[in-house]
Amino acid sequence: MDALLFMIFAAIAVICGINLVVQTHPISSALSLVGVMGALAALYLLLGGEFIAAAQLVVYAGAIMVLFVFVIMLLNAGTEKKMTVRPLGKYLGAPFLLLFFGMIAYVIQKILPSSSPVVFGAFHGGTALEIGRSLFTVYLLPFEVTSVLILIAILGAIVLARKEVD
Amino acid sequence: MPLGPLPAAVPPSWYLTLSAILFALGVLGFLLRRNIITVFMSIELMLNAVNLSFVTFSYVLKRADGHIFSFFVMVVAAAEAAVGLAIILTVFKNRQTLEIDEVSSLKN
Amino acid sequence: MNFYLLSLIKTAIVVGIFMHVLAYLQWIERKVIAHVQLRVGPRRVGPHGLLQPLADVIKLVTKEDILPSHVNKVFYFMAPFIAVTFALISISIIPFGPEITIAGVRTNMGLTDLNIGVLFILGISGLGVYGVALAGWASNNKYALMGGLRSSAQMISYELPMALALAAPLLILNTLSLREIANGQAGYYWGFIPRWAIFQMPFPQIFSFILFLIAGFAETNRVPFDLPEAENELVAGFHVEYASMKFASFFMAEYANMVTVSCIATLLFLGGWHPIFPEKYGSGLIPVLIFAASAVLCFFHAANPARPFDRITLPVFGVLFLGLGGLFLLPPVQFILLPLFWFSAKVLIILFVFIWVRATLPRFRYDQLMRFAWTFMFPVALVNLFITALLVALFP
Repeated sequence: MDALLFMIFAAIAVICGINLVVQTHPISSALSLVGVMGALAALYLLLGGEFIAAAQLVVYAGAIMVLFVFVIMLLNAGTEKKMTVRPLGKYLGAPFLLLFFGMIAYVIQKILPSSSPVVFGAFHGGTALEIGRSLFTVYLLPFEVTSVLILIAILGAIVLARKEVD
Repeated sequence: MPLGPLPAAVPPSWYLTLSAILFALGVLGFLLRRNIITVFMSIELMLNAVNLSFVTFSYVLKRADGHIFSFFVMVVAAAEAAVGLAIILTVFKNRQTLEIDEVSSLKN
Repeated sequence: MNFYLLSLIKTAIVVGIFMHVLAYLQWIERKVIAHVQLRVGPRRVGPHGLLQPLADVIKLVTKEDILPSHVNKVFYFMAPFIAVTFALISISIIPFGPEITIAGVRTNMGLTDLNIGVLFILGISGLGVYGVALAGWASNNKYALMGGLRSSAQMISYELPMALALAAPLLILNTLSLREIANGQAGYYWGFIPRWAIFQMPFPQIFSFILFLIAGFAETNRVPFDLPEAENELVAGFHVEYASMKFASFFMAEYANMVTVSCIATLLFLGGWHPIFPEKYGSGLIPVLIFAASAVLCFFHAANPARPFDRITLPVFGVLFLGLGGLFLLPPVQFILLPLFWFSAKVLIILFVFIWVRATLPRFRYDQLMRFAWTFMFPVALVNLFITALLVALFP
């Protein structure tokens, strides 16, 4: 069951990811990204990260991507022109990608013994209670600093997007 | 990776491989696409891929720290999206284009 | 009993009832608005128009499904599907009553219970906006696009005060699971004031309740926040290009969202299925009294009929109400019906407020809507959350 669920959501994530890259219209890409995020939320649940799964839905899929869709609709951005790929990228891109994959796969297999499979319910550290406890004890300072970061971001966004006042 | 009938549960390395695939797709989109918004979304895809590996490592180590890191990544992504989209709006207002190659007046 | 079989049975029951509630909510809305405006409302199809929803469904299904030539086909078909899916999912985690035992099977009333229930609801309601936004964009029509844009901006803006308003009672009740939230509001102060969140010490959540309801109106695109479909400026907004079942999907999504918001408000603020005063003072007799009073009213109007048909139809309803009231006196079904009664009574009262407001208030202007969200709702919700947190910390 766990493997089946993993396969389904991994397939959704990969298909949506490929769709993001190949679609020419930004709104199709945006919706594919929402699909990736939804699939990842389900995978987080399998890994025992229930809070992070909910945060993924609320913050990423429900807020950030709505903002993207809003901006795409507002600018009424049309489809993209055919991209021009330089010969360097054309001939070296695929080998380098394969090399990158090979390295990643090698490192993963090397450092992670694949003896203990991921079983749903084996890890209970991802509940809202545990996350909250960590956030407000061990990670208190970074947590408070992010609030300053967000404040700066809000101010920046307002200054950038404001109409020029003479 | 052993091939054959599907096991009852998959090892964590499969999750990490998925994360690598998604990250590579993000890099691909970032390099190949020419629309600023799509490039931006590719960055978000990469961040998501990294989040997946954070959560997987959290499972492997049986500690919640990975979740905290992905939470912070989400917060940073939200801040980044707000500022980035504001910049995109301003660029579009000034140049009426979203092609990334045409926004190059600082070049040369 | 087998887990899958039990889930299947519960799903069938909940879906069946939920679909009827959605269909009849529209009948109730038309009737209530009609009576507010001193009209009669639908009464041609069936006695008192009770078969009107059926007629509407038949009409909507058999209507010609127009596909405009200028739409983006994929997203045009996807949008109503997304809207209705995310509107219906939320009902799966709503608990309707306590844990009960029927024929030796212990089960919860309600489909399932997540320990991140409140976050799940917030996430799903955030995803619902894609249906409206996509519909507006895919229709390739300036009015629809305006509706979609307005909707996404409005939903992002009002999600913030909504989440802040939800967070305040969670501080007091200390859990995210909807079932435990409802259980945390059982019991009474001094034996008669219910420990519902809107009364619960150390800080009664009455302000969060009002804020949540206002934000809920905005999230469901209801009057006075129905800017996305404002018919006198945007024709019909985001669903102007939709016909037949696709239009009905948006309609159904709106009503399903309304029911969900009412259920959440009931669970988080009004104590879920817990009665308003203790059992020992006879709160179990309230439904019997209400149904008996309705029956008496029916018999009285049957004796003095305003319309010729009332002489036949009203006694039937009177007997029906008497039978329903009698059911509440039977011990074997009482323990199921009483929590259900209290839960649905509270939900129906909130739904009535939704309809009442629609019949009463004019629509906001767009700049007023945004200013209201950011300069009134948001600061008030923040202050409310802060005071709640402070008092919870001081008087644990």
